[in-house]
Amino acid sequence: MMGGFFLLLACDLLGEALRDVAHLPIPGPVVGMLLLAAGLVVRSLRSDREPPPQLERSADILIANMGLLFVPAGVGVITQTGVLETEWLPILAGLIGSTLLGLVAAALTMHLVMRAPKADARRALVPGE
Amino acid sequence: MIEAIQAAWPPLAATPLLWIVVTMGSFLLAKRLNRICNGAAAANPVLIAILLTAMVVKVTRIPYPTYFAGAQFVHFLLGPTTVALAVPLARNIRHIKSSAAGVVLALAVGSLVSMCSGIALVGLLGGSRAVALSMAPKSATTPIAIAVSQQIGGVPALTATLAIVGGILAAMIGRRLLTILRIDDHRTHGFVAGVVGSGVAAAQVSSLSGLAAAFAALGIALNGVVTALVTPLLAVFWH
Repeated sequence: MMGGFFLLLACDLLGEALRDVAHLPIPGPVVGMLLLAAGLVVRSLRSDREPPPQLERSADILIANMGLLFVPAGVGVITQTGVLETEWLPILAGLIGSTLLGLVAAALTMHLVMRAPKADARRALVPGE
Repeated sequence: MIEAIQAAWPPLAATPLLWIVVTMGSFLLAKRLNRICNGAAAANPVLIAILLTAMVVKVTRIPYPTYFAGAQFVHFLLGPTTVALAVPLARNIRHIKSSAAGVVLALAVGSLVSMCSGIALVGLLGGSRAVALSMAPKSATTPIAIAVSQQIGGVPALTATLAIVGGILAAMIGRRLLTILRIDDHRTHGFVAGVVGSGVAAAQVSSLSGLAAAFAALGIALNGVVTALVTPLLAVFWH
């Protein structure tokens, strides 16, 4: 648990440092996630091993409770009452419209592309899921 | 009793402890309410927790920066949690590789449609440029959305709100919408949630299966990169 959490923080720090040094336009944690994912994939290709159990446990706990972590930023809505009052219509329409359109566009595209070829990919997914 | 609370509140309000307890308490209560409602999408635990916490902060007349100074210890965990998404990503790399074409195309189409339609709708309905630019990066995961908004001239606090409410919206309608479209593939459910609704929608869709969680993580990562690269260009074209 401790070791796993340490690895996550270390990757976060590494991502942050890399972003700073290379002036990347993406935030540190995303860089850290890509680094860790690359490391885990290389590890499994080399020796066909699963991610370390300590890391898995820490990651699963954090991901299972991810919703909690959005609350502090979300409460920030109370600082935006002015613009929400004056521009509620464009904000509401833009938010609902773009979310709906984005969902439909992405889902249909992926569905159409993936339905086209091999049907065996679907069957292969059933066990263990 | 009330006087005692009134006397004790200001010193407590200055400590992180109070706001961590209020935030976690609201979330636990919200999760219980969600269970009572049989997990109904409208009773989204993140939404309920935000409303409960905001109510406490508002009613006690605590300025938001004071609240956030305490709650930032919860907020901080977003960093390592984003990194943690690498685990489901790596676990399912084989499935991801086998659907690379669908992933790349759905990312390009979904990301662009969501950004452009957000800007266009705000513009058409007479919204200001600042609001349009705050809307553009809202599908990206919250920390990316905030950074991008700042960079292109939006209002970061508004973007944070839009990112979270948009994510809640995507979590609420996403699964039903895909069912109407007769799509039951967990890869598509996960990826679409990650691209359009980022972490909040991913948190919900992850309960479907590990496969859905992996594709949601991929969606968050890829759309974060695309948003960070493309929105500055959109901002130049939008006057």
